Order: sequence, then structure tokens, then C-alpha cells
Amino acid sequence: MSMQSQTARLTSPLSSGNAGARQGSLKGSPNDPSLASPRDYFELLKPRVMSLVIFTALVGMVVAPGHIHPVIGGIALLFIAIGAGAAGALNMWYEADLDAVMSRTMKRPIPDGRILPGEVLGFALFLAVFAVVAMGLLVNVLSAALLAFTIFFYAVVYSMWLKRWTPQNIVIGGAAGALPPVIGWAAVTNAISLEPIVMFLIIFIWTPPHFWALALLRTEEYARAGVPMLPVVAGERETRRQILLYSIAMAPVGALPYLLGYTSALYGVVSIAGGLWFVMSAFRLRNAPAGDATVKAARKLFGFSILYLGVLFAVMLADRLLGLSVGQMPWYVTWHVTW
Amino acid sequence: MSAVTDPQDNNGIALTEAQKKARRNRSIAIAICLGLLVVLFYIVTLVKGPGVLNRPI
Repeated sequence: MSMQSQTARLTSPLSSGNAGARQGSLKGSPNDPSLASPRDYFELLKPRVMSLVIFTALVGMVVAPGHIHPVIGGIALLFIAIGAGAAGALNMWYEADLDAVMSRTMKRPIPDGRILPGEVLGFALFLAVFAVVAMGLLVNVLSAALLAFTIFFYAVVYSMWLKRWTPQNIVIGGAAGALPPVIGWAAVTNAISLEPIVMFLIIFIWTPPHFWALALLRTEEYARAGVPMLPVVAGERETRRQILLYSIAMAPVGALPYLLGYTSALYGVVSIAGGLWFVMSAFRLRNAPAGDATVKAARKLFGFSILYLGVLFAVMLADRLLGLSVGQMPWYVTWHVTW
Repeated sequence: MSAVTDPQDNNGIALTEAQKKARRNRSIAIAICLGLLVVLFYIVTLVKGPGVLNRPI
């Protein structure tokens, strides 16, 4: 039976199409005056996700050839962060009904009744438009277009379409989380070339094993919420197999910046050793007996995946700041997009 | 001349103290953000010069 048809068999206590947040079935009435505090609004921006976005965008900016005025660079990072926050708030607005039934998310501002869905929608749309327009006016149009695409992809393609429709949701949706270093690069160069695409690929292919490790720990909650995550639809065994396959594909991609000759031996050693460790962790998870051993192995892999990505980008940053990298690849190909 | 008043004011929603406090906090946060934006755009104008909005499309 295909995954799609299995998905269709999932039963959910929730109505389809997310009527929850928008029709006011969550805590709080749309007619009540708001009790939302500035902190609630800040929480909507998903600060932890935002910090990762800022970090990867910063790496994209620093490793890019050329120069950007520090003030303009800081402003570009600010608008990338605001755009990411807007996407996160749109996601919380649309997924409030799912958030309300999952322990990890039920204390978010909308399901907890601290803020009204309409307020969130207005806030998020305003921030999204503001971030994109300001980025276009003050930095450059290419980075603004990429930022707009990222927000659209995360909020509409991933949150509204893929997430409730297919177990491949985070495979395709991972593109949104992979774009910030490309935006950072474009802010400096007003162009896209192979290096930022490699950075994009690293995050893109890292996303499925990272999220599926988490999904293994939350399978029951995802099933209860009716979200067709891979462990829910295809089972734990198949998920562990897919994690291993993606990890094997990810390890060489992580080492690409070194293999292509534009980062130092330090990056090479770290990325190859990290990639091997990642594959070993995935292999242990694949062979772990069902039950506590699987939970333990999945938790270890999830934790290591965060460390792996953070360290890879930190070394890329150190490479450029310390002057360790040997420069651009000899067969460097750039296709400039002039606006 | 009498002041223009909204007839709903007398019969409309009366905010609780908690709601008034929340509204005041939100207003302060908006004011701070607007102030920071003014400073930000001023600095950018200094950095990029008066032609900040002149760019090839």
C-alpha cells in the first residue's frame, strides 16, 4: 500500500483543513480584548529557530567573496531574522490546532489562549511584507526575492500543503530551512553561485534524518494529531532505514566544500569525521532493538545532528575569518543574476 | 460646540485592568520598535548616502 493511501487512513480528532485556530475553537474568543504581551509576540517568532537561521545566514555572508558594509550586513541579518520570524508566526497561526494536541507545542501562545489567531495572522503578514520590502530597498532585490520565497515556501508550501499531506513533508519542506545561507551570500554578492548551493544542499539533506530522529520520539503524538510523519505512516523500522540511507547520502555532501577545494583541511577533517560519526549513529539506530534502546539511539542521533550542523558551519566561518580557506574553487562557476 | 463622541463608548466593551495593562505594554513595545526603526533608517541613510532608494531594477 502506498504511503499516500496509508496517510488517508489516518484518523485524527481534528477537522481537516485546520479550522481550529481560524474558527476560534481554541482557548479564547475572537471577541475578547487581547491579553497578549510583547513576550507572547516574541515567542511567535520561534526565537530558537531564528537563532539558527541568523547563524547560517551569517556564515553565508562571511564566506561570500566581496565586501558588504558592516551596517548593511547587520541590517540584512536583521531582516532575514524578521522574515524567518514571520514565517514561524504564520506556521503557528496555521498549525494552532495541531499544536494544541501535542505536548511539545501546546504551551505556544495560540493554543494556550494568550493570543488570538487573528492577531497572529496580522502580525505575521505585516512582518513578512516589511522584512521583504526593507531588504529590497536597503540591501538588494535578489536577497529580498529569496527571503520572500523562503517565507512563502515555509508558510504555504510546507505548513499549509505538505505537512498534512505527505510523509515527505520535511524532505521537501527542508528547502525553507536551507535557504538562509544563500540569502546571506546573495546579500553580499547580489548573485548565486555554487558555494551557497552546496551550503543549501548540506542543510537540505541533513533535515530528514534530523527530523525523523525527533519524529521517532514523538510518533504517538504525531499520529494523534493526524500528521503523516514517516514513522506514523511507514512505521519505525522503515523510518530507521530511511534515516540511515539519508545519513549515508549526507556525509559526502557535508564534505563537499572540502572536496571541491574551497575550504581548509580543518573543515575536511571535521566534516569527514562528523559525517562518519553521523552514519555510525544512524547505523546504531537502525540496528537498535525496539523499545527503550531505539528511543535512546534516536535521542542520541537527534542531539548529534544539531551538533554536526552547528560545527560544520562554525568551522566554515572560522575558516574564512582565520584565513585558513584556500579561496574559491579552481573551476569556479558563477552565474550572476543581475537585477 | 460639543466634543464628538462615539455613542458606543458608553455601552461598549469595558477593559479589565489586566487588559489595560496588556494594551499599555503592547503600546510601549510598538513605540520602542518604531523608535529603533527611525534610528536604523537614519543610520542606513548616512551609510548609503542620499541615493539610498536609487537602484537599478
